[in-house]
Parts: sequence; structure tokens; C-alpha cells
Amino acid sequence: MSPLYSIYKREFTSYFVTPVAYVFIVIFLFLTGIFAFYIGAFFETNQADLEPFFRFHPWLYLFLIPAISMRLWSDERKSGTIELLMTLPVSITDAVIGKYLAAWSFTAVALALTFPMWITVNYLGSPDNTVILASYIGSLIMAGGFLAIGSCISAVTKSQVIAFVISVVICFMFILSGFPMVLDIFQSWAPQAVLDAIASFSFLTHFTSIKKGVIDIRDVIYFSALIIFWLYVNVVIIEAKKAS
Amino acid sequence: MPVTIKVKSLKKSFGPIHAVRGVSFDVNHGEVLGFLGPNGAGKSTTMKMITGFLEPTSGTVEVNGYDVLENPIAVKRSVGYLPEGAPAYGEMTVRSFLNFIADIRQLTGSTRQKRIDEVVDIINIKHVIDQSIETLSKGFKRRVGIAQAILHDPSVLILDEPTDGLDPNQKHEVRNLIKEMSEDKAIIISTHILEEVGAVCSRAIIIASGELLFDGTPTELIKKSDRSDIDHAFRIITTSETNENRETAAP
Repeated sequence: MSPLYSIYKREFTSYFVTPVAYVFIVIFLFLTGIFAFYIGAFFETNQADLEPFFRFHPWLYLFLIPAISMRLWSDERKSGTIELLMTLPVSITDAVIGKYLAAWSFTAVALALTFPMWITVNYLGSPDNTVILASYIGSLIMAGGFLAIGSCISAVTKSQVIAFVISVVICFMFILSGFPMVLDIFQSWAPQAVLDAIASFSFLTHFTSIKKGVIDIRDVIYFSALIIFWLYVNVVIIEAKKAS
Repeated sequence: MPVTIKVKSLKKSFGPIHAVRGVSFDVNHGEVLGFLGPNGAGKSTTMKMITGFLEPTSGTVEVNGYDVLENPIAVKRSVGYLPEGAPAYGEMTVRSFLNFIADIRQLTGSTRQKRIDEVVDIINIKHVIDQSIETLSKGFKRRVGIAQAILHDPSVLILDEPTDGLDPNQKHEVRNLIKEMSEDKAIIISTHILEEVGAVCSRAIIIASGELLFDGTPTELIKKSDRSDIDHAFRIITTSETNENRETAAP
């Protein structure tokens, strides 16, 4: 068994030995339901699709994903298990990727458990199921982006609360980077090219086509690059701060 | 006897603080080296550098011929390490924790379960094996930490305060265990308890303020005192020349 897989397996099963996993999944399902039916007006739109359901995923992830990622590294540092982990024959990169993939798989489980939504919409009408599948994949990829940010931030601090708050703020900036509240900060001094670049970082922009069921290769590249970047920074931070 | 651990002019600074200031020593196969010194003397820091957790500011560490900076994974494979305070994943049961260590140490096939059973037996943790680690007493946590360190039968064993927090019976058991294992391993233990040195160590090293002050057999250490008292010898060595910079040494 490769070290990466051993780490993955340990991390993934650790979610389910504590109540954290069950609390998280229940709240996630509850909130996705509330948002889709009440705020998204799933019934009133009278359309056989899951757009009202996927529309709110970025906002749910904003708070729920940092709740998963906050313990990834800060807990290791606080309890001192990082010393154990880093003196086992495993590279930092393997450890970072293993733990990240475990958290991502856990998110995938939570997302997969929203399948009653899919059954409901199929019962009520005849939706385009390829669109729904594409939206699910897109939503999972976006969750991966949030998780990479959260994993990296959790390496910066020993406090899970601080990791949570900072992750939410950074994820919030990424969601809204195409909007005035973020762009105004740069408007007065940054050149237009920089503003365009920042605006193009917006999760919402990249999720817009995804939630309609279109997986654009540019969106996939965007999220992949984002994930790789944050995980790389994660490795660098662990290397530098593991012992402090 | 072949040299297993080679430490050469090892230095570690944390910003302006010099935790370890040029320590050199060798450990041979079959030796049990006792690491002594006041709190904050640099014992744990030195151990962390040997196990590859900390990078030395300068100097080299070689384990079984592998340089710890050039070949960290090879070093980590041959070393079993009990970090200070025996950290472990609290939410896991002892069984799943040892299985995780076996996974990552790449123990496979029939030897794997046999070895886990063997270690559980030697360390005497059979009746807590399905308990989660966070519910265990300090002594059992320490034992789980030792079990984790010896699981892959490493040729080098580094134990940071293995008997800390144990009751006298448990201390006795752990010391016997270390003595039994010493024949085919190179072992380093750090301790505050000086009687332990005479009981298990074949050699002792005293570090204070990050400097090596004594390197010899326990008998030679006792001879440093005119009263043939190891505590007295320790005090003579650690309180003489280095008194003035002791306070600055703690990381």
C-alpha cells in the first residue's frame, strides 16, 4: 500500500469515527433542501431541472467546506501528531495530497447523498439527466477548489477557529472577485489588466456555466490550476512551519 | 561494532536562539545511549534532527549510511521514533492506529498481523486494543507510542522520554524491554531519571545549553563525583562552566 493511500485511508475513516461526519452530512442535506425549495423556488419555477438546487452550492460551500478543512492540518500541529507523521517514511507532498483527497472524497459522499433531489425531479418531470450529472461533477470540482484553499489555510495556524474564519474570508473573496465589493479595492490603483484577471478568478463566473450543465474545459483548467496552486503552497507552509 | 548513527557538529538555531551548538557523537549497533541534560538543553531538538523532523542549521546526521537531508525517506524507514509526549491520533482505536502504522511502514502479508500481535503482546496493550487512544491513561498512551515505534522492528530506535508519566512497575517493564531489544539495535533514549542510565544505558551523553559536556559509560559518569553519586556527578558537569548561558538555550 502506498504511503499516500495509507494517509488517505486513515484520514477518510477518521471522519466517520467521530460525530463530525454525520452532523456535517445532515446539515448539508438539510440546507441544500431548504435553499432549493424555499429560496430557489424549485416548485414554483415549474421546470424539470436542478438549477435552483445547484445555484446555492457556492454559498453553502463557503461555510461548510472550511468546516471540513479547518482540522486537516491545524489539528495535526496542535496535537503534535505532525511530528509522528513527518517522521514516518512519507513525503510531505504525499501527506498533503492524501489528506486533501480524503476530505474531497468525504465531500463527494455528502454531495452524492443529495440524490433524493434527483429522484424528486425525475418523478415530477423528465429532466435532462446528463445536465444534472454534469452539474454534479462541476459542483464537486468547485468544492475541490474551496477545499484546497481551506487545507492550505489550516496549515498556517494551530487554531481550527482561526483556520475556519480565514478560509471563509478567502473563499468569499474568490466567490465575489468579479463583483464591485472586491474589485473596488483594486479599482483606484491597479491597471485594467489586473482588474480583469482578478474578475476572472470568480468562482461564481466559473460556476455559472457549470450549473447549467456545461462543463467548459476552461472552467476545469481554472479549478485544477487553483487546486494545484493552493496545495503547492500548502506543502511549502508545512515544510516551513511543521515544527513551530 | 558497526557505527549506525553518526552525528557531526550538529547545530540548530531558532532565530537568535542557539538550541544545539555543534554536537558530535556516534552510536554503535548494540548500544543504548542515554541522553541526559537539564530541561531545554537541546535533547529533544537533537533527536528531532536525527529523525528528520527538523532540519539542522549546519552539521550532518547519518543513519545506516544515509544522510538525513539527502535521503530522508530511507532514514525514516530504518528509524523507529517515539516523539516527546507520545502523540497519536486520539480518535483512533489502538488497533486501527497500529494498522495505520503497519500500512505506512509497508508491512504486508502474513508477517504483518503476526508482528502487530507480537508487539501488542510485548508492550502489554491487549486489553485496550479496541479502546480509542484519547480515552487511555498517560501510561497506556506512552506504551502505544512505543508500540508504534518498534512495530517495523527498526534497526535504530529513538525514544524521547519513554518512561515519563509511567508508574514504577511500568517503568521497570519499559526498561527491561529496551534492554531486551538492545542487542540488535542502536537505541537512543532521553531521560531525566538518572538511575535509568545505570539501569539500561551502555553509554551516556550529557547535553546542556546545546553543548555536549560528557560522553562515556555510566561508570565513568559516576566516577566524576567524589561521592560515587550519579546525581552529584550530573550536577557537577551541568552547573560548572555553562551556568551563565543556560537561560538562553531554551527554544
